[in-house]
Amino acid sequence: MFLAYDVKDNPVMLYMKGVPELPQCGFSSLAIRVLKPYQVPLASRNILEDPELKSAVKAFSHWPTFPQIFIKGELVGGSDIILNMHQNGELKEKLKEISGSQENKSEVNC
Amino acid sequence: MVLECGEREMGSRGAATVVSQLTRASRMRSKLQTALEASVLEIEDVSHQHAGHAAMREKANSNGETHFNLKVVSPKFEGQSLVKRHRMVYDALADELQSGLHALSIVAKTPQEIVLNPK
Repeated sequence: MFLAYDVKDNPVMLYMKGVPELPQCGFSSLAIRVLKPYQVPLASRNILEDPELKSAVKAFSHWPTFPQIFIKGELVGGSDIILNMHQNGELKEKLKEISGSQENKSEVNC
Repeated sequence: MVLECGEREMGSRGAATVVSQLTRASRMRSKLQTALEASVLEIEDVSHQHAGHAAMREKANSNGETHFNLKVVSPKFEGQSLVKRHRMVYDALADELQSGLHALSIVAKTPQEIVLNPK
């Protein structure tokens, strides 16, 4: 299934409302604001564009709300959890070895 | 346990009517209390902050109760990751999420974490 490839091929994969440049919901916007400064490539899909994608993601992750953030193939959670992980240093640890985390400008693959 | 909510007295049409008249917040309270044996359970309806965004206009049947802030302190969170804790909350509220509950902001802590870092 394509979702399995999404989260495998993209070290940070977001399923969100809107796109990173223009999130369409406060929670998606918060997730982007937390992740951006780490300057890792953020891949995303906009679930507002496609109701089927939305249900497919929910079924794939067994998680009922958006955004959903996957790091290295693993669901880390939504915006509350990503903010929490940022505050306690866990996020830095998790994103450390992602290529491009040092010098890359925040590159967005949508 | 005391339910802090405005549910009505049982009417002449019986219990089913009363259940449907309970607010979502009060149903969430009892479901979370049952599932998680919470020692602290704060439920704040913040739907008004999200009124009018596209997804909400379709949910006329949910009485506007779509967005909540939750704070749950439960011994059942002991040793569980944040993802797992949030899943436990979502599992307890599965029916509500099916019926118009749209988003939750969740603070999920163990009693011990509250003692060490009260906030």
